[in-house]
Amino acid sequence: MSDAISHAILPGIVVAFFFTGSLSSPLLLAGGAATGLITVALVEMLRKTQLIREDAAIGLVFPALFSVGVLLIAQYAGDVHLDIDVVLLGELAFVPFDRWIVGGMDLGPRAFYVTGGVGLACAFFLILFYKELKLATFDAGLAAALGFMPALLHYGLMALVSITAVAVFDAVGSVLVVAFMVGPPAAAYLLTDRLHILIGLAAGIGVVTAIAGYWIAYALDGSIAGSMAFAVGLAFGGAFLFAPNRGVVALSRRRARQRWTFALKMLTIHLLQHERGLLEERRVEHMQDHMRWSGEFAQRVVRIGVTSGHFRVEDGELLLLPAGRTLAKAAITDT
Amino acid sequence: MLTDYTLRTVALGAALLGIVSGALGTFAVLRRQSLLGDAVSHAALPGIALAFLLTGSKAPIILIAGAAVAGWAATWLIMATSWSTRIKYDSALGLVLSVFFGVGLLILTAIQKMPDAQQAGLDTYLFGQAASLVQRDVLTMAILGALALAAIAILWKEFKILSFDPEFARSLQLPVRRLDAALTMLLVLAIVIGLQMVGVVLMSAMLIAPAAAARQWTDRLGIMMVISMGAGALAGVAGALISASGSHLPTGPTIVLCISALVLLSMALAPNRGLAWRMVNRYRKSMQLGREALLVDLYILALKHAERTHAHDETALALMRPGAGSPRGRLRKLQEIGLAERAHGRLWRLTDDGVKEARRLYRVRKGGGDP
Repeated sequence: MSDAISHAILPGIVVAFFFTGSLSSPLLLAGGAATGLITVALVEMLRKTQLIREDAAIGLVFPALFSVGVLLIAQYAGDVHLDIDVVLLGELAFVPFDRWIVGGMDLGPRAFYVTGGVGLACAFFLILFYKELKLATFDAGLAAALGFMPALLHYGLMALVSITAVAVFDAVGSVLVVAFMVGPPAAAYLLTDRLHILIGLAAGIGVVTAIAGYWIAYALDGSIAGSMAFAVGLAFGGAFLFAPNRGVVALSRRRARQRWTFALKMLTIHLLQHERGLLEERRVEHMQDHMRWSGEFAQRVVRIGVTSGHFRVEDGELLLLPAGRTLAKAAITDT
Repeated sequence: MLTDYTLRTVALGAALLGIVSGALGTFAVLRRQSLLGDAVSHAALPGIALAFLLTGSKAPIILIAGAAVAGWAATWLIMATSWSTRIKYDSALGLVLSVFFGVGLLILTAIQKMPDAQQAGLDTYLFGQAASLVQRDVLTMAILGALALAAIAILWKEFKILSFDPEFARSLQLPVRRLDAALTMLLVLAIVIGLQMVGVVLMSAMLIAPAAAARQWTDRLGIMMVISMGAGALAGVAGALISASGSHLPTGPTIVLCISALVLLSMALAPNRGLAWRMVNRYRKSMQLGREALLVDLYILALKHAERTHAHDETALALMRPGAGSPRGRLRKLQEIGLAERAHGRLWRLTDDGVKEARRLYRVRKGGGDP
């Protein structure tokens, strides 16, 4: 959805720009927020007709609105300093030159104040409605039943998303806003299960990737916004692979461990069943036939069991030790 | 003459694009992969930049190949992320899309700083510049498009099963994974063909809109695809013509607005599913329900008399359902279809047919079922 909004705010920006004639007016924020809400409402409307599914509705609305924006710009091309390139890609390198000057005093880059203001507004909204947002996110039905109006909260949130997108579009461009809105939270989501830690972590990752991205761009002499998105990608890739519990590496290691544990359990159960009776059933070299394992796999399971003290080998015969007997009995009664 | 040639090339290219994306969009919409188009078109950028960086060539076929590989990789990453972690599909999509796009941008800007300035024109793939289309591009589009359509024709029934019931396809021992990959590959191809024409942002509409419009008119896949291709071509040509006729009307956005208008039109007017149709149906239904209620009311009044065709006053009927308005119009309609008749003045009675029908309705309403 944030992708759709970040594109669809274009006509709002353009219209507000025509009214004010400058890219720094707060009306731009209002225009962008309004168009963002219109996007959400339009998608909802299309979906409610049940003629079009939600994904298709999103995919239809934002290109249409974006087209309107591009056409508006094109109509007044020449006498307007507003480029599609800028909207899509942004140019962070120019931001420091756009100063905020009050009464001849240079107060620093204008974007610093705009983005900072929007950031404060977001933080304020988040703190004020933390409980409500949390409930609406995890259990919209309960939130509605308790009278928290999740729909209203949703629109409030979408308005903030739109305002944020407008505030930063001339710096990083509308596509890369999405990288920062989705990437850091997604990475943090793989690292924690607690919402407040998730928010803090996401913000932290955002800051680190932004700064890292800047230095990558400096080293490669390329687009700053692009390399920031690249840094976000790296951060998410890192979390994706190496997150302690949910990362791909951790997952595959856990899976491998479970495989050996399971095999060991099976073997101890087999030995328990045949503690007395045919010696054949306990011979090391016959394990692969009894358990239908490959020879190598069987050897390894035996080795693991011996080193962990579940059974021992005596003249090529496997003998259960107390630990192995407990394991087997527990495994049988568990299931 | 030059403008004529340009217009012809652009219109032809737009029509080709409409046909190909209309055909593949059908599957995308049915398989709920509408937003994949957006992701692939953004993700194609690093592929284009890398293809140029490695070969130094700007031939459309090489750039398209690079775009296709990158788009394919992005699709795979989205799938892998949403399968193996708890990140949801739409988040994975947004993430992969924007990161790929950022990387593409990084490479592109880095190339531009390089000494020999051969790279000019690569950014037409970003925003789409239909006017820069030359015959060679259209020819490439035509050949690739024909290949894609041929692949659809050959694998038609497999793709059909895959789109509607993948589980059934699996139970038939079809190579579901490979078919899925093939269909996605074709989708990627259709998207990268269109990039130069309409650009990254608008390509998603080119893919979805024709199919979404066509969906309203039919429930049959084959017909839907034909309509979708037609709608795509129509919007393409119309957009090209409109944009050529006015000044400052970029082709891509004009085409997208044309096809969006087609979607709205289809949603409003299509038979059976369309909004207008639905409103008419609802009106008819409510009229019929009103008449039936009146018939039952007449019957209930008549139950108190020896003969069921006993006449009653309009006022009594109106009082039975306050808020339903005057029953006169509905009584006239009942008279027209021969279920009631006017005794005289304001007095109305059931006909023999009316008694039969009213008795049936009365029993149904009392929960006795249809006798």
